[in-house]
Amino acid sequence: MRNLIGTLLIGLTLGSVYSLMALALVLVWRSTRVVNFAQAGQAIVTTYIAYEIVTRTGVFWLAVLFAVIAGALLGAGVEYFLMRTLFRHVDEGPVAALAPVIATLGLLGVIRSVVGMIWGNDFRTFYSPVSTDNFVVAGETIPFSSLNLLIILSTVVVMIIFSIIFQRTDLGLSLRAAAFQPEIARLAGIRVGPIRTIGWVFAGVAGAIAGVLVTPTTILSPNSLDLLLVFGFVAAVIGGLESLPGAVLGGLVLGLGVSFVLNYVGTSLVFPSIFIVLIISLIVRPNGILGAKKVRSA
Amino acid sequence: MSGLVVSNLTVSHGAIRALRDVSFEVQEGELTAVIGANGAGKTTLLRTLSGLKDAEDGSATWRERNILGKRPEDLVRRGISHVSEGKSVIPELTVRENLVIGGLWRRDKSGTEKAIKEAVELFPRLGERMSQSANTLSGGERQMLAIGRALVSRPKLLLLDEPSLGLAPLIIEQIFTSIKNLQKSMNLTVVLVEQNATSALEIADNGVILNLGELVASGNARELLEDPTLKSAYLGY
Repeated sequence: MRNLIGTLLIGLTLGSVYSLMALALVLVWRSTRVVNFAQAGQAIVTTYIAYEIVTRTGVFWLAVLFAVIAGALLGAGVEYFLMRTLFRHVDEGPVAALAPVIATLGLLGVIRSVVGMIWGNDFRTFYSPVSTDNFVVAGETIPFSSLNLLIILSTVVVMIIFSIIFQRTDLGLSLRAAAFQPEIARLAGIRVGPIRTIGWVFAGVAGAIAGVLVTPTTILSPNSLDLLLVFGFVAAVIGGLESLPGAVLGGLVLGLGVSFVLNYVGTSLVFPSIFIVLIISLIVRPNGILGAKKVRSA
Repeated sequence: MSGLVVSNLTVSHGAIRALRDVSFEVQEGELTAVIGANGAGKTTLLRTLSGLKDAEDGSATWRERNILGKRPEDLVRRGISHVSEGKSVIPELTVRENLVIGGLWRRDKSGTEKAIKEAVELFPRLGERMSQSANTLSGGERQMLAIGRALVSRPKLLLLDEPSLGLAPLIIEQIFTSIKNLQKSMNLTVVLVEQNATSALEIADNGVILNLGELVASGNARELLEDPTLKSAYLGY
Protein backbone atom coordinates (compact mmCIF):
# COMPACT_ATOMS: atom_id res chain seq x y z
CA MET A 1 0.00 0.00 0.00
CA ARG A 2 2.77 2.39 0.96
CA ASN A 3 4.56 1.45 -2.21
CA LEU A 4 1.44 2.06 -4.29
CA ILE A 5 0.86 5.52 -2.83
CA GLY A 6 4.51 6.39 -3.37
CA THR A 7 4.34 5.20 -6.95
CA LEU A 8 1.23 7.30 -7.60
CA LEU A 9 2.77 10.42 -6.06
CA ILE A 10 6.03 10.05 -7.98
CA GLY A 11 3.97 9.45 -11.09
CA LEU A 12 2.12 12.71 -10.53
CA THR A 13 5.40 14.57 -10.03
CA LEU A 14 6.93 13.18 -13.19
CA GLY A 15 3.67 13.71 -15.02
CA SER A 16 3.55 17.37 -14.00
CA VAL A 17 6.90 18.07 -15.56
CA TYR A 18 6.09 16.06 -18.68
CA SER A 19 2.82 18.03 -18.94
CA LEU A 20 4.66 21.34 -18.92
CA MET A 21 7.02 20.22 -21.67
CA ALA A 22 4.11 18.73 -23.62
CA LEU A 23 2.26 22.02 -23.24
CA ALA A 24 5.24 23.89 -24.69
CA LEU A 25 5.41 21.56 -27.68
CA VAL A 26 1.64 21.74 -28.29
CA LEU A 27 1.60 25.54 -28.10
CA VAL A 28 4.23 25.75 -30.82
CA TRP A 29 2.66 22.99 -32.88
CA ARG A 30 -0.74 24.69 -32.79
CA SER A 31 0.54 28.11 -33.70
CA THR A 32 3.12 27.17 -36.31
CA ARG A 33 2.74 23.46 -37.23
CA VAL A 34 6.31 22.78 -36.16
CA VAL A 35 7.55 20.22 -33.66
CA ASN A 36 10.08 22.34 -31.83
CA PHE A 37 12.99 20.07 -30.97
CA ALA A 38 14.89 23.16 -29.83
CA GLN A 39 12.47 23.43 -26.90
CA ALA A 40 14.89 21.31 -24.85
CA GLY A 41 17.72 23.63 -25.88
CA GLN A 42 15.78 26.76 -25.01
CA ALA A 43 14.92 25.22 -21.65
CA ILE A 44 18.53 24.25 -20.94
CA VAL A 45 19.66 27.85 -21.55
CA THR A 46 17.04 29.18 -19.17
CA THR A 47 17.89 26.51 -16.60
CA TYR A 48 21.57 27.49 -16.68
CA ILE A 49 20.54 31.11 -16.24
CA ALA A 50 18.44 30.09 -13.23
CA TYR A 51 21.40 28.07 -11.95
CA GLU A 52 23.65 31.15 -12.14
CA ILE A 53 21.10 33.28 -10.29
CA VAL A 54 20.47 30.70 -7.61
CA THR A 55 24.17 30.06 -6.97
CA ARG A 56 24.84 33.81 -6.73
CA THR A 57 21.82 34.94 -4.76
CA GLY A 58 20.41 31.78 -3.28
CA VAL A 59 16.93 33.03 -4.10
CA PHE A 60 15.07 30.32 -5.99
CA TRP A 61 12.06 32.43 -6.98
CA LEU A 62 14.30 35.10 -8.49
CA ALA A 63 15.95 32.36 -10.53
CA VAL A 64 12.53 31.16 -11.72
CA LEU A 65 11.58 34.71 -12.66
CA PHE A 66 14.73 35.15 -14.75
CA ALA A 67 14.28 31.75 -16.35
CA VAL A 68 10.72 32.66 -17.30
CA ILE A 69 11.76 36.01 -18.81
CA ALA A 70 14.65 34.39 -20.68
CA GLY A 71 12.31 31.62 -21.87
CA ALA A 72 9.86 34.17 -23.22
CA LEU A 73 12.57 36.14 -25.02
CA LEU A 74 14.17 33.01 -26.47
CA GLY A 75 10.81 31.74 -27.72
CA ALA A 76 10.07 35.06 -29.37
CA GLY A 77 13.56 35.23 -30.84
CA VAL A 78 13.48 31.75 -32.37
CA GLU A 79 10.08 32.41 -33.93
CA TYR A 80 10.88 35.89 -35.16
CA PHE A 81 14.40 35.46 -36.48
CA LEU A 82 14.47 31.81 -37.54
CA MET A 83 10.94 30.54 -38.20
CA ARG A 84 9.66 33.57 -40.07
CA THR A 85 12.63 33.51 -42.45
CA LEU A 86 12.24 29.80 -43.12
CA PHE A 87 8.47 30.01 -43.52
CA ARG A 88 8.87 32.58 -46.26
CA HIS A 89 10.32 29.80 -48.45
CA VAL A 90 8.16 26.96 -47.24
CA ASP A 91 6.23 26.66 -50.54
CA GLU A 92 9.34 26.29 -52.62
CA GLY A 93 9.72 22.52 -52.43
CA PRO A 94 9.73 19.43 -50.25
CA VAL A 95 13.02 20.29 -48.55
CA ALA A 96 11.93 23.87 -47.87
CA ALA A 97 8.68 22.55 -46.40
CA LEU A 98 10.61 20.40 -43.95
CA ALA A 99 13.22 23.06 -43.23
CA PRO A 100 11.58 24.64 -40.14
CA VAL A 101 11.46 21.33 -38.22
CA ILE A 102 14.98 20.36 -39.24
CA ALA A 103 16.15 23.83 -38.25
CA THR A 104 14.81 23.33 -34.71
CA LEU A 105 16.78 20.08 -34.52
CA GLY A 106 19.88 21.93 -35.71
CA LEU A 107 19.25 24.70 -33.25
CA LEU A 108 19.10 22.15 -30.41
CA GLY A 109 22.60 21.00 -31.36
CA VAL A 110 23.92 24.55 -31.63
CA ILE A 111 22.45 25.55 -28.27
CA ARG A 112 23.89 22.47 -26.54
CA SER A 113 27.36 23.23 -27.91
CA VAL A 114 27.21 26.90 -26.97
CA VAL A 115 25.98 26.04 -23.47
CA GLY A 116 28.84 23.53 -23.21
CA MET A 117 31.34 26.23 -24.24
CA ILE A 118 30.01 28.69 -21.68
CA TRP A 119 29.31 26.43 -18.70
CA GLY A 120 31.35 23.32 -19.54
CA ASN A 121 30.05 19.81 -20.10
CA ASP A 122 30.45 18.55 -16.55
CA PHE A 123 27.49 17.69 -14.36
CA ARG A 124 26.35 20.33 -11.93
CA THR A 125 23.96 20.21 -9.02
CA PHE A 126 21.04 22.58 -8.98
CA TYR A 127 20.18 22.69 -5.29
CA SER A 128 16.58 22.24 -4.38
CA PRO A 129 14.83 25.26 -2.87
CA VAL A 130 12.99 23.00 -0.42
CA SER A 131 13.72 19.78 1.39
CA THR A 132 14.23 16.63 -0.64
CA ASP A 133 13.76 14.38 2.40
CA ASN A 134 10.92 11.96 2.05
CA PHE A 135 7.83 12.58 4.11
CA VAL A 136 7.19 10.32 7.06
CA VAL A 137 3.54 9.59 7.68
CA ALA A 138 2.54 7.56 10.75
CA GLY A 139 6.04 6.21 11.12
CA GLU A 140 6.29 5.13 7.50
CA THR A 141 8.50 6.80 4.91
CA ILE A 142 6.74 7.72 1.69
CA PRO A 143 9.01 8.31 -1.31
CA PHE A 144 7.67 11.83 -1.73
CA SER A 145 9.35 15.06 -0.65
CA SER A 146 8.60 18.77 -0.31
CA LEU A 147 10.33 19.20 -3.68
CA ASN A 148 7.88 16.79 -5.32
CA LEU A 149 5.02 18.67 -3.73
CA LEU A 150 6.45 21.98 -4.96
CA ILE A 151 6.70 20.60 -8.50
CA ILE A 152 3.07 19.45 -8.49
CA LEU A 153 1.74 22.67 -6.97
CA SER A 154 3.75 24.91 -9.29
CA THR A 155 2.52 22.98 -12.29
CA VAL A 156 -1.07 23.29 -11.11
CA VAL A 157 -0.65 27.06 -10.70
CA VAL A 158 0.91 27.39 -14.17
CA MET A 159 -1.89 25.31 -15.69
CA ILE A 160 -4.55 27.45 -14.02
CA ILE A 161 -2.92 30.66 -15.26
CA PHE A 162 -2.62 29.25 -18.77
CA SER A 163 -6.21 28.08 -18.87
CA ILE A 164 -7.46 31.46 -17.68
CA ILE A 165 -5.43 33.18 -20.39
CA PHE A 166 -6.61 30.79 -23.09
CA GLN A 167 -10.26 30.48 -22.14
CA ARG A 168 -11.09 33.85 -20.60
CA THR A 169 -9.09 36.57 -22.36
CA ASP A 170 -9.19 38.20 -25.77
CA LEU A 171 -5.55 37.27 -26.24
CA GLY A 172 -6.38 33.63 -25.57
CA LEU A 173 -9.25 33.74 -28.04
CA SER A 174 -6.96 35.27 -30.67
CA LEU A 175 -4.38 32.55 -30.00
CA ARG A 176 -6.97 29.82 -30.40
CA ALA A 177 -8.54 31.34 -33.51
CA ALA A 178 -5.14 31.86 -35.14
CA ALA A 179 -4.09 28.31 -34.27
CA PHE A 180 -7.17 26.60 -35.66
CA GLN A 181 -7.90 28.68 -38.76
CA PRO A 182 -5.27 31.33 -39.47
CA GLU A 183 -6.95 32.53 -42.64
CA ILE A 184 -10.34 33.09 -41.05
CA ALA A 185 -8.61 34.70 -38.07
CA ARG A 186 -6.94 37.20 -40.42
CA LEU A 187 -10.22 37.91 -42.18
CA ALA A 188 -11.71 38.64 -38.76
CA GLY A 189 -8.95 41.21 -38.20
CA ILE A 190 -6.59 39.23 -35.95
CA ARG A 191 -2.91 39.97 -36.56
CA VAL A 192 -1.82 36.36 -36.87
CA GLY A 193 1.94 37.07 -37.17
CA PRO A 194 2.40 38.68 -33.73
CA ILE A 195 -0.10 36.24 -32.23
CA ARG A 196 2.07 33.37 -33.46
CA THR A 197 5.10 34.93 -31.76
CA ILE A 198 3.11 35.11 -28.52
CA GLY A 199 2.37 31.37 -28.85
CA TRP A 200 6.13 30.75 -28.95
CA VAL A 201 6.57 33.04 -25.96
CA PHE A 202 4.11 31.00 -23.87
CA ALA A 203 5.82 27.80 -25.01
CA GLY A 204 9.19 29.24 -23.98
CA VAL A 205 7.78 30.08 -20.56
CA ALA A 206 6.28 26.60 -20.06
CA GLY A 207 9.55 24.95 -21.14
CA ALA A 208 11.58 27.19 -18.84
CA ILE A 209 9.41 26.32 -15.84
CA ALA A 210 9.65 22.61 -16.67
CA GLY A 211 13.45 22.89 -16.80
CA VAL A 212 13.77 24.71 -13.47
CA LEU A 213 11.39 22.34 -11.71
CA VAL A 214 12.85 19.08 -12.96
CA THR A 215 16.56 19.89 -12.66
CA PRO A 216 16.76 19.89 -8.82
CA THR A 217 15.55 16.26 -8.97
CA THR A 218 18.39 15.25 -11.31
CA ILE A 219 21.61 16.91 -12.48
CA LEU A 220 22.36 19.80 -14.81
CA SER A 221 24.39 19.35 -17.99
CA PRO A 222 24.05 20.68 -21.56
CA ASN A 223 21.92 17.72 -22.59
CA SER A 224 20.22 16.90 -19.30
CA LEU A 225 16.81 17.97 -20.61
CA ASP A 226 16.87 15.84 -23.75
CA LEU A 227 15.01 13.08 -22.00
CA LEU A 228 12.36 15.55 -20.89
CA LEU A 229 11.90 16.54 -24.54
CA VAL A 230 11.30 12.91 -25.51
CA PHE A 231 8.85 12.35 -22.67
CA GLY A 232 7.15 15.67 -23.32
CA PHE A 233 6.76 14.84 -26.98
CA VAL A 234 5.30 11.41 -26.25
CA ALA A 235 2.90 13.04 -23.78
CA ALA A 236 1.90 15.65 -26.37
CA VAL A 237 1.21 12.94 -28.95
CA ILE A 238 -0.81 10.87 -26.48
CA GLY A 239 -2.80 14.04 -25.84
CA GLY A 240 -3.42 14.54 -29.54
CA LEU A 241 -0.82 17.26 -30.24
CA GLU A 242 -3.61 19.83 -30.70
CA SER A 243 -5.16 20.01 -27.28
CA LEU A 244 -3.78 21.81 -24.23
CA PRO A 245 -5.83 19.76 -21.72
CA GLY A 246 -4.82 16.71 -23.77
CA ALA A 247 -1.14 17.55 -23.29
CA VAL A 248 -1.64 17.81 -19.54
CA LEU A 249 -3.54 14.56 -19.37
CA GLY A 250 -1.01 12.88 -21.68
CA GLY A 251 1.77 14.02 -19.35
CA LEU A 252 0.02 12.62 -16.29
CA VAL A 253 -0.76 9.28 -17.96
CA LEU A 254 2.84 8.98 -19.06
CA GLY A 255 4.20 10.04 -15.67
CA LEU A 256 2.09 7.44 -13.87
CA GLY A 257 3.08 4.81 -16.44
CA VAL A 258 6.78 5.55 -16.03
CA SER A 259 6.49 5.53 -12.26
CA PHE A 260 4.76 2.14 -12.24
CA VAL A 261 7.32 0.62 -14.57
CA LEU A 262 10.17 2.04 -12.46
CA ASN A 263 8.75 0.66 -9.25
CA TYR A 264 7.26 -2.64 -10.30
CA VAL A 265 9.13 -3.70 -13.45
CA GLY A 266 12.57 -2.18 -13.62
CA THR A 267 14.55 0.82 -14.78
CA SER A 268 15.76 -0.83 -17.96
CA LEU A 269 12.23 -1.20 -19.29
CA VAL A 270 11.19 2.46 -18.95
CA PHE A 271 12.03 3.36 -22.52
CA PRO A 272 10.48 0.38 -24.26
CA SER A 273 7.38 0.77 -22.13
CA ILE A 274 6.77 4.45 -22.94
CA PHE A 275 6.94 3.64 -26.62
CA ILE A 276 4.56 0.75 -26.12
CA VAL A 277 2.17 3.18 -24.37
CA LEU A 278 2.64 5.58 -27.28
CA ILE A 279 1.93 2.98 -29.93
CA ILE A 280 -1.12 1.65 -28.09
CA SER A 281 -2.52 5.13 -27.60
CA LEU A 282 -1.99 5.93 -31.28
CA ILE A 283 -3.82 2.75 -32.28
CA VAL A 284 -6.68 3.16 -29.83
CA ARG A 285 -7.08 6.95 -29.91
CA PRO A 286 -5.23 8.36 -32.92
CA ASN A 287 -6.64 11.84 -32.28
CA GLY A 288 -5.44 11.88 -28.69
CA ILE A 289 -7.06 10.85 -25.43
CA LEU A 290 -9.42 13.82 -25.52
CA GLY A 291 -9.65 13.98 -29.29
CA ALA A 292 -13.12 13.56 -30.70
CA LYS A 293 -13.38 12.57 -34.29
CA LYS A 294 -13.22 15.81 -36.24
CA VAL A 295 -16.59 16.87 -37.55
CA ARG A 296 -16.16 18.95 -40.62
CA SER A 297 -18.48 19.58 -43.49
CA ALA A 298 -17.26 19.59 -47.04
CA MET B 1 -19.03 58.68 -54.49
CA SER B 2 -17.52 55.64 -56.15
CA GLY B 3 -16.94 52.85 -53.69
CA LEU B 4 -15.01 49.96 -55.17
CA VAL B 5 -13.12 50.54 -58.40
CA VAL B 6 -11.33 47.62 -60.03
CA SER B 7 -9.24 48.42 -63.12
CA ASN B 8 -7.41 46.04 -65.43
CA LEU B 9 -6.91 43.54 -62.63
CA THR B 10 -4.74 40.56 -63.54
CA VAL B 11 -4.01 37.76 -61.08
CA SER B 12 -2.12 34.49 -61.58
CA HIS B 13 -1.72 31.22 -59.72
CA GLY B 14 1.84 30.38 -60.75
CA ALA B 15 1.74 29.93 -64.52
CA ILE B 16 -2.04 29.94 -64.69
CA ARG B 17 -3.75 33.25 -65.22
CA ALA B 18 -6.84 33.29 -63.03
CA LEU B 19 -8.02 36.83 -63.87
CA ARG B 20 -7.12 38.86 -66.95
CA ASP B 21 -7.65 42.58 -67.29
CA VAL B 22 -10.88 42.71 -65.27
CA SER B 23 -12.44 46.16 -64.71
CA PHE B 24 -15.69 47.14 -62.98
CA GLU B 25 -17.06 49.57 -60.44
CA VAL B 26 -19.39 49.19 -57.48
CA GLN B 27 -21.05 52.32 -56.15
CA GLU B 28 -21.39 52.65 -52.38
CA GLY B 29 -24.54 51.07 -51.06
CA GLU B 30 -24.97 48.85 -54.09
CA LEU B 31 -25.14 45.09 -54.28
CA THR B 32 -23.18 43.63 -57.18
CA ALA B 33 -23.35 39.97 -58.07
CA VAL B 34 -20.29 38.35 -59.64
CA ILE B 35 -21.46 35.40 -61.70
CA GLY B 36 -19.57 32.67 -63.48
CA ALA B 37 -18.94 28.95 -63.69
CA ASN B 38 -16.26 27.04 -61.79
CA GLY B 39 -12.83 28.36 -62.71
CA ALA B 40 -14.16 31.73 -63.84
CA GLY B 41 -11.95 33.49 -61.30
CA LYS B 42 -14.69 34.64 -58.91
CA THR B 43 -13.04 33.38 -55.74
CA THR B 44 -9.66 34.69 -56.90
CA LEU B 45 -11.25 38.10 -57.41
CA LEU B 46 -12.55 38.21 -53.83
CA ARG B 47 -9.34 36.85 -52.35
CA THR B 48 -7.39 39.57 -54.16
CA LEU B 49 -9.76 42.29 -52.97
CA SER B 50 -9.52 41.15 -49.33
CA GLY B 51 -5.72 40.90 -49.33
CA LEU B 52 -5.39 37.12 -49.26
CA LYS B 53 -3.89 37.02 -52.76
CA ASP B 54 -1.45 39.31 -54.56
CA ALA B 55 -2.36 40.88 -57.88
CA GLU B 56 0.01 40.80 -60.81
CA ASP B 57 -1.19 43.92 -62.53
CA GLY B 58 -3.94 46.52 -62.43
CA SER B 59 -5.44 48.42 -59.54
CA ALA B 60 -8.27 48.25 -57.03
CA THR B 61 -9.41 51.06 -54.77
CA TRP B 62 -12.03 51.38 -52.03
CA ARG B 63 -13.13 54.95 -51.35
CA GLU B 64 -10.32 56.16 -53.60
CA ARG B 65 -7.56 54.41 -51.65
CA ASN B 66 -5.56 51.45 -52.93
CA ILE B 67 -6.43 48.06 -51.43
CA LEU B 68 -4.06 45.81 -53.40
CA GLY B 69 -1.08 44.27 -51.61
CA LYS B 70 -2.56 45.08 -48.18
CA ARG B 71 -2.99 42.56 -45.39
CA PRO B 72 -6.53 41.24 -44.76
CA GLU B 73 -6.28 42.23 -41.08
CA ASP B 74 -5.58 45.83 -42.14
CA LEU B 75 -8.36 45.90 -44.72
CA VAL B 76 -10.84 44.77 -42.04
CA ARG B 77 -9.89 47.93 -40.15
CA ARG B 78 -10.76 49.91 -43.27
CA GLY B 79 -14.22 48.37 -43.40
CA ILE B 80 -13.70 45.50 -45.81
CA SER B 81 -14.96 42.12 -44.57
CA HIS B 82 -14.63 38.93 -46.53
CA VAL B 83 -16.70 35.83 -45.88
CA SER B 84 -14.64 33.20 -47.65
CA GLU B 85 -15.91 30.16 -49.47
CA GLY B 86 -17.26 27.15 -47.58
CA LYS B 87 -18.91 28.55 -44.44
CA SER B 88 -15.95 30.34 -42.99
CA VAL B 89 -16.34 29.63 -39.30
CA ILE B 90 -13.88 28.17 -36.81
CA PRO B 91 -15.47 24.85 -35.78
CA GLU B 92 -13.31 24.51 -32.66
CA LEU B 93 -14.71 27.73 -31.17
CA THR B 94 -18.18 28.36 -29.81
CA VAL B 95 -20.77 30.31 -31.77
CA ARG B 96 -20.27 33.29 -29.50
CA GLU B 97 -16.48 33.17 -29.85
CA ASN B 98 -16.83 33.03 -33.62
CA LEU B 99 -18.79 36.27 -33.45
CA VAL B 100 -16.49 37.93 -30.91
CA ILE B 101 -13.35 37.45 -33.02
CA GLY B 102 -14.82 39.80 -35.62
CA GLY B 103 -14.58 42.62 -33.08
CA LEU B 104 -11.36 41.79 -31.20
CA TRP B 105 -9.42 44.45 -33.09
CA ARG B 106 -11.79 47.21 -32.03
CA ARG B 107 -11.14 49.20 -28.90
CA ASP B 108 -14.82 49.82 -28.41
CA LYS B 109 -15.97 46.68 -26.52
CA SER B 110 -19.53 47.88 -25.99
CA GLY B 111 -19.73 48.49 -29.73
CA THR B 112 -18.74 44.87 -30.31
CA GLU B 113 -21.40 43.64 -27.89
CA LYS B 114 -23.98 45.77 -29.69
CA ALA B 115 -22.87 44.42 -33.06
CA ILE B 116 -23.13 40.85 -31.74
CA LYS B 117 -26.64 41.57 -30.53
CA GLU B 118 -27.57 42.92 -33.96
CA ALA B 119 -26.11 39.88 -35.70
CA VAL B 120 -28.20 37.65 -33.42
CA GLU B 121 -31.32 39.69 -34.15
CA LEU B 122 -30.68 39.17 -37.83
CA PHE B 123 -30.10 35.41 -37.40
CA PRO B 124 -32.07 34.39 -34.27
CA ARG B 125 -31.00 30.76 -34.65
CA LEU B 126 -27.48 31.79 -33.64
CA GLY B 127 -28.84 33.25 -30.41
CA GLU B 128 -30.13 29.86 -29.29
CA ARG B 129 -26.74 28.27 -29.84
CA MET B 130 -24.29 30.87 -28.50
CA SER B 131 -22.39 28.54 -26.18
CA GLN B 132 -22.39 25.54 -28.51
CA SER B 133 -19.33 24.60 -30.49
CA ALA B 134 -19.64 25.85 -34.09
CA ASN B 135 -19.14 22.36 -35.46
CA THR B 136 -22.55 21.38 -34.13
CA LEU B 137 -24.22 23.84 -36.51
CA SER B 138 -25.94 22.92 -39.76
CA GLY B 139 -24.58 24.24 -43.04
CA GLY B 140 -27.07 27.09 -43.16
CA GLU B 141 -26.38 28.09 -39.58
CA ARG B 142 -22.67 28.10 -40.28
CA GLN B 143 -23.20 30.43 -43.19
CA MET B 144 -25.28 32.70 -40.96
CA LEU B 145 -22.51 32.61 -38.37
CA ALA B 146 -19.87 33.47 -40.97
CA ILE B 147 -21.90 36.47 -42.16
CA GLY B 148 -22.61 37.40 -38.54
CA ARG B 149 -18.89 37.39 -37.72
CA ALA B 150 -18.21 39.66 -40.70
CA LEU B 151 -20.94 42.04 -39.50
CA VAL B 152 -19.40 42.28 -36.02
CA SER B 153 -16.40 43.89 -37.74
CA ARG B 154 -18.83 46.67 -38.85
CA PRO B 155 -17.98 46.48 -42.52
CA LYS B 156 -18.75 49.06 -45.15
CA LEU B 157 -17.87 46.67 -47.96
CA LEU B 158 -18.94 43.04 -47.59
CA LEU B 159 -17.37 40.42 -49.86
CA LEU B 160 -19.39 37.21 -49.88
CA ASP B 161 -18.08 34.06 -51.54
CA GLU B 162 -20.85 31.65 -52.57
CA PRO B 163 -23.03 31.81 -49.48
CA SER B 164 -25.45 29.38 -51.14
CA LEU B 165 -22.91 26.60 -51.61
CA GLY B 166 -24.26 23.27 -50.43
CA LEU B 167 -27.43 24.69 -48.88
CA ALA B 168 -31.05 23.70 -49.34
CA PRO B 169 -33.14 26.04 -51.56
CA LEU B 170 -35.25 27.31 -48.65
CA ILE B 171 -32.16 28.26 -46.62
CA ILE B 172 -30.60 29.91 -49.67
CA GLU B 173 -33.69 32.06 -50.02
CA GLN B 174 -33.49 33.06 -46.32
CA ILE B 175 -29.84 33.95 -46.58
CA PHE B 176 -30.31 35.94 -49.76
CA THR B 177 -33.19 37.85 -48.18
CA SER B 178 -31.00 38.65 -45.18
CA ILE B 179 -28.21 39.87 -47.44
CA LYS B 180 -30.62 42.15 -49.29
CA ASN B 181 -32.02 43.49 -46.00
CA LEU B 182 -28.53 44.14 -44.67
CA GLN B 183 -27.58 46.07 -47.75
CA LYS B 184 -30.64 48.29 -47.33
CA SER B 185 -30.65 48.72 -43.57
CA MET B 186 -26.93 49.29 -43.06
CA ASN B 187 -26.24 50.91 -46.41
CA LEU B 188 -23.68 48.18 -47.05
CA THR B 189 -21.81 47.81 -50.28
CA VAL B 190 -21.91 44.13 -51.18
CA VAL B 191 -19.99 42.05 -53.70
CA LEU B 192 -21.73 38.69 -53.91
CA VAL B 193 -19.94 35.90 -55.76
CA GLU B 194 -22.32 33.18 -56.91
CA GLN B 195 -22.74 30.24 -59.22
CA ASN B 196 -26.42 30.42 -58.45
CA ALA B 197 -26.82 33.11 -61.11
CA THR B 198 -30.55 33.76 -61.14
CA SER B 199 -31.06 34.05 -57.39
CA ALA B 200 -28.04 36.30 -57.08
CA LEU B 201 -29.00 38.60 -59.95
CA GLU B 202 -32.55 38.84 -58.63
CA ILE B 203 -31.38 40.54 -55.43
CA ALA B 204 -28.48 42.43 -57.03
CA ASP B 205 -28.47 45.97 -58.37
CA ASN B 206 -25.71 45.21 -60.84
CA GLY B 207 -23.96 42.15 -62.14
CA VAL B 208 -20.55 41.19 -63.43
CA ILE B 209 -20.16 38.04 -65.48
CA LEU B 210 -16.79 36.31 -65.58
CA ASN B 211 -15.72 33.49 -67.85
CA LEU B 212 -12.30 31.83 -67.68
CA GLY B 213 -10.84 34.83 -65.92
CA GLU B 214 -12.20 37.46 -68.27
CA LEU B 215 -15.08 39.85 -67.86
CA VAL B 216 -17.72 39.07 -70.47
CA ALA B 217 -20.51 41.41 -69.40
CA SER B 218 -21.40 43.86 -66.68
CA GLY B 219 -24.25 46.19 -65.97
CA ASN B 220 -27.73 46.37 -64.54
CA ALA B 221 -28.73 43.06 -62.95
CA ARG B 222 -32.24 43.03 -64.54
CA GLU B 223 -30.84 43.59 -68.01
CA LEU B 224 -28.24 40.88 -67.57
CA LEU B 225 -30.95 38.49 -66.42
CA GLU B 226 -33.02 39.15 -69.52
CA ASP B 227 -30.22 39.14 -72.06
CA PRO B 228 -30.91 36.01 -74.17
CA THR B 229 -27.32 35.42 -75.28
CA LEU B 230 -25.97 35.66 -71.75
CA LYS B 231 -28.73 33.38 -70.53
CA SER B 232 -27.74 30.50 -72.74
CA ALA B 233 -23.99 31.05 -72.60
CA TYR B 234 -23.24 31.87 -68.98
CA LEU B 235 -26.27 31.83 -66.77
CA GLY B 236 -26.97 28.21 -67.47
CA TYR B 237 -30.68 28.13 -68.17
